[in-house]
Amino acid sequence: MIEHFSLDGKRIPFQPGQTIMDAAMQAGEYIPHLCHNPEFRPRGSCRLCVVRANGRSVAACTSPAREGLEVESDTPDIQADRRSLLQMLFVEGNHLCPACEKSGNCQLQAVAYYCGMLAPDFTHLYPVRELDGSHPDFVLDFNRCILCELCVRASRDADAKGVFGISGRGIGAHLIVNAPSGKLGDTDFDPHDRAAQVCPVGAILPKHKGYDVPIGRRIYDRKPVSLVGDVADHQEDMS
Amino acid sequence: MSAPSPEQAAGTQLERWGSDSDNLLQMLIGVQAALGHIPEAAIRRFEAALGVGRARIEGLIGFYAFLHHRPRGRFDIRVADNIIERMRGSRELAEALAGRLGCPPGETRVDGRLSLGYTPCIGMSDQAPALLVNGYAIPAVEHARLEQVVALVEANTPLADWPPELFEVALNIQRKDLLLEAAVEDGAALAALKASGADALMQVLEASGLRGRGGAGFGLARKWGFCRQAPAEAKRRVVVCNADEGEPGTFKDRVLMQDPQQAARMFEGMTLCAGMVGADSGFLYLRGEYRNLLEPLERELQRRRDAGLLGKNIAGIAGFDFDIAIHLGAGAYICGEESALIESLEGKRGNPRDRPPFPVTRGYLGRPTVVNNVETFIAAALVAVQGADWHRARGTEHSAGTKILSVSGDCARPGIYEYPFGVTLQQILDDCGAADTQAVQIAGAAGRTIPPDEFQRRVAFEDLGTAGSFMIFDQSRDLLEMVRNFNDFFVHESCGFCTPCRVGTTLMQKTLAKVSRGHAAPMDLDTLRRIGELMRRTSHCGLGATAPLSVLDTLDKFPALYRDRLSDRGFVPGFDLDAALSEARAASGRDDPRAHLEGDGV
Amino acid sequence: MREQQAKKVRVATCSLAGCFGCHMSLLDIDERLIDLVELVEFDRSPITDIKEVGPSDLGLIEGGVCNAENVEVLRAFRRQCKTLVAVGACAITGGVPAMRNHYPLHECLDEAYVNGLGVQDGGIPNDPELPLLLNQVHPIHEVVKVDYFLPGCPPAADTIWTFLEQLLSGKPVEFAYRQIHYD
Ligand SMILES: Cc1cc2nc3c(=O)[nH]c(=O)nc-3n(C[C@H](O)[C@H](O)[C@H](O)COP(=O)(O)O)c2cc1C
Ligand code: SF4
Ligand code: SF4
Repeated sequence: MIEHFSLDGKRIPFQPGQTIMDAAMQAGEYIPHLCHNPEFRPRGSCRLCVVRANGRSVAACTSPAREGLEVESDTPDIQADRRSLLQMLFVEGNHLCPACEKSGNCQLQAVAYYCGMLAPDFTHLYPVRELDGSHPDFVLDFNRCILCELCVRASRDADAKGVFGISGRGIGAHLIVNAPSGKLGDTDFDPHDRAAQVCPVGAILPKHKGYDVPIGRRIYDRKPVSLVGDVADHQEDMS
Repeated sequence: MSAPSPEQAAGTQLERWGSDSDNLLQMLIGVQAALGHIPEAAIRRFEAALGVGRARIEGLIGFYAFLHHRPRGRFDIRVADNIIERMRGSRELAEALAGRLGCPPGETRVDGRLSLGYTPCIGMSDQAPALLVNGYAIPAVEHARLEQVVALVEANTPLADWPPELFEVALNIQRKDLLLEAAVEDGAALAALKASGADALMQVLEASGLRGRGGAGFGLARKWGFCRQAPAEAKRRVVVCNADEGEPGTFKDRVLMQDPQQAARMFEGMTLCAGMVGADSGFLYLRGEYRNLLEPLERELQRRRDAGLLGKNIAGIAGFDFDIAIHLGAGAYICGEESALIESLEGKRGNPRDRPPFPVTRGYLGRPTVVNNVETFIAAALVAVQGADWHRARGTEHSAGTKILSVSGDCARPGIYEYPFGVTLQQILDDCGAADTQAVQIAGAAGRTIPPDEFQRRVAFEDLGTAGSFMIFDQSRDLLEMVRNFNDFFVHESCGFCTPCRVGTTLMQKTLAKVSRGHAAPMDLDTLRRIGELMRRTSHCGLGATAPLSVLDTLDKFPALYRDRLSDRGFVPGFDLDAALSEARAASGRDDPRAHLEGDGV
Repeated sequence: MREQQAKKVRVATCSLAGCFGCHMSLLDIDERLIDLVELVEFDRSPITDIKEVGPSDLGLIEGGVCNAENVEVLRAFRRQCKTLVAVGACAITGGVPAMRNHYPLHECLDEAYVNGLGVQDGGIPNDPELPLLLNQVHPIHEVVKVDYFLPGCPPAADTIWTFLEQLLSGKPVEFAYRQIHYD
């Protein structure tokens, strides 16, 4: 028997074991997210997909769907929370969109557009972070990493390599590379790795392709992420 | 005795921990203790021997505050710096040490003799100021002791040869009730299990109304019942005792474990649990700050094995096999959260897991796992012997029994107080000799800030739940200093997993600093609220959800703290404008009037 | 009609640490500029000769805050303008100039005035007429209160027009999807 829950009043069918996010995606309903990619085990860390389920705030990507659950997602207060979370992600790193090759193909931007964020008006933290150009085909720009761990999961689970990891904690948490030098060029990272294709922002970038597609004609330039989907589904548009 | 080589040190740990990568954290703690840091060569040895990537090892070193990739001084001194210690002079103590030893806080002396730094509460609030040397606690470091420590460091006396009385920690038990007064023989709970069987004892626990003492107050019988019913390979369930006691201002678990009789009961409670749910392995997760309890507790475990109370066919019950290993923490408050604790037991970074599944169904290595607090296991062992009515004779309908509180701060008699649940805050204040009290911070930095007009409220799950921290602030204190101290704590202790807590704690820290400098405008208070409420709603775990409470509580209940400090401007910059010209002044050598910015906001 | 003209909205604009790109975009509203001039009159702005900002209804700020003069100008705008708008990426995040926040200021100055390619007899200028640089570049909302943000590098002319039109007619400010971008 197919069970159902409601998402902003719509009836969403699901199979046992599915999360709210799984079922919503399958039904073509969009819940904002950054660290989620159905290919990998959900993580629930960006908190963008927090919804209210029977009155309780939960992450849609990690919460099991249940029969009769009443889920609210697209409400003014939840969207306002999402804008605050996005603003936190923007001020935490150095996201200078006009100077970023990923601009227009960036899911952080896209979700921020979708949620109506006009400016990250918290205090900017301007962390001092590195840029690693050691790899022949890829640049790793730590300034833009939002710690979604998609590359970590992809490299570990899909590529069986473990090129990436996280060290530090709290506001000092940061992406690391599995090499004594800490350099991507000293790992077995390869352009064909799944990990090379999942970064939602401009942190893992292919070299020599920066502006092949001009600004204005990129994935999110004309249509919102709710219609065109995640960056990871659009590799062909970027390389 | 010369220090072992990095390879030797790593080899010793590999042997000690069975070359099992689940024990990687314990091995790193061992190398850190042996060498004062975890050198490159040791990392390579672990990589090769365990087949783990170096990113995992680096990830651990970066996560746990007591692990270091770069060498620390021979004496690694950390001064406890919770607000209570601050009130008792922790900053002055650190400054004095810095001056006498020639090593500023946060640094290592050039000759490598010592490192000096701060650490959050080390469970010594009743005998502050206190510090850790290479993980070993020295309480009540007043003048004479300070001189003693300085002399020992300068003389390069090996820590093992420091006078033992330096490390003696007082129990300070001020009030006893059910738990602390009970006279029950060692092994009695296991005898009760043998006599009555698990089903019958389950009913006793159920009837006793016993709820967890680590904070959340989950029903014990329910938790054990879930675990018991969770499908598991024959008796492969796991029992974990949470002795992480990281909540600032709490020290009752330390006292319980220090007392040999209570420590025995704690292990007996764990063993009882194992017998009832069908578990074969147990862990005591002991916070690194309680390093000096490790050997006595190991000895107690050995005594129990020798007495047939651990090991095979325990207490003469055929097929009841169970043993307990002690794992140390390494300076991470989040590892008190049960699912982060389990990650840590598995040798990982202490990021809390998603729930469901709860540990009772999928815990340590995926096995059904019970996690309970030290005090809870002791209570369970006693209830099994004394019965449900004995326990119900104290407390309230929803909070049966007693609660052990750690009382500290502005009062005549800090220490351990055991009360029946339902006791009012006023009663506690009267008993401990607190006068002119401005506020009580109940349940630690993560708890609530209670003003005097609410001192008739009760310690009980239905009113003010607590794991036991009870910090008292009299009228002479600036509560904003308390709020900022707690916020600094959460900035330090956020695991960094989720956005609201990772970033929100730091943004709050900046705004609170602004308030404290008298630079905040009403807008900034709105920002504090907005961040705080966002953290409450959207954080992944209890740390982020409770971290803003003291800010939100004081905004509501002590508004003058903020109001009296507001700038008369409508808006003040988030940074000091004139100071922001300092580098340019230095570089250009200018100091003319135009090289300065006057005023702040408009 | 006459009365309306008497109550034209007074607008001041300036570029702090910006590239005038946002101003170019403002002019890019083409023939709508004529409609705009019907509605507004300009106070201090690169398109007028007024040097000091006077009482205005609306202030449009391009660029982030990188030196002492930027701070003074911005504060004057805040004092004089009823409504202040951060226009463009630099005003909102510091933008490209904020890339120098990665380096200590003295390194930037050394690179520009002492060690840089082609520098002869270099030295860091100490002329009191020159505004001193701040240690870091800041978005304007960290220095004054900002009422509205118009993102984009630059914001599209259409976005600016939509904003002005809605604001001046007292409607709630709302944008279509394609009007908002950060690049
Ligand atoms: C951030 C955080 C820290 C915690 N620290 C501790 C702790 O140090 N000791 C403890 O017993 N419980 C702690 N807890 C509660 C545990 O998650 C868990 O609820 C408890 O160990 C269960 O035991 P109990 O039912 O006996 O109380 C903490 C929870 C959170 C969210
Ligand atoms: S580099 Fe990209 S994919 Fe990896 S954690 Fe950072 S943002 Fe996520
Ligand atoms: S709330 Fe804080 S401690 Fe908990 S998972 Fe999130 S970042 Fe980690």
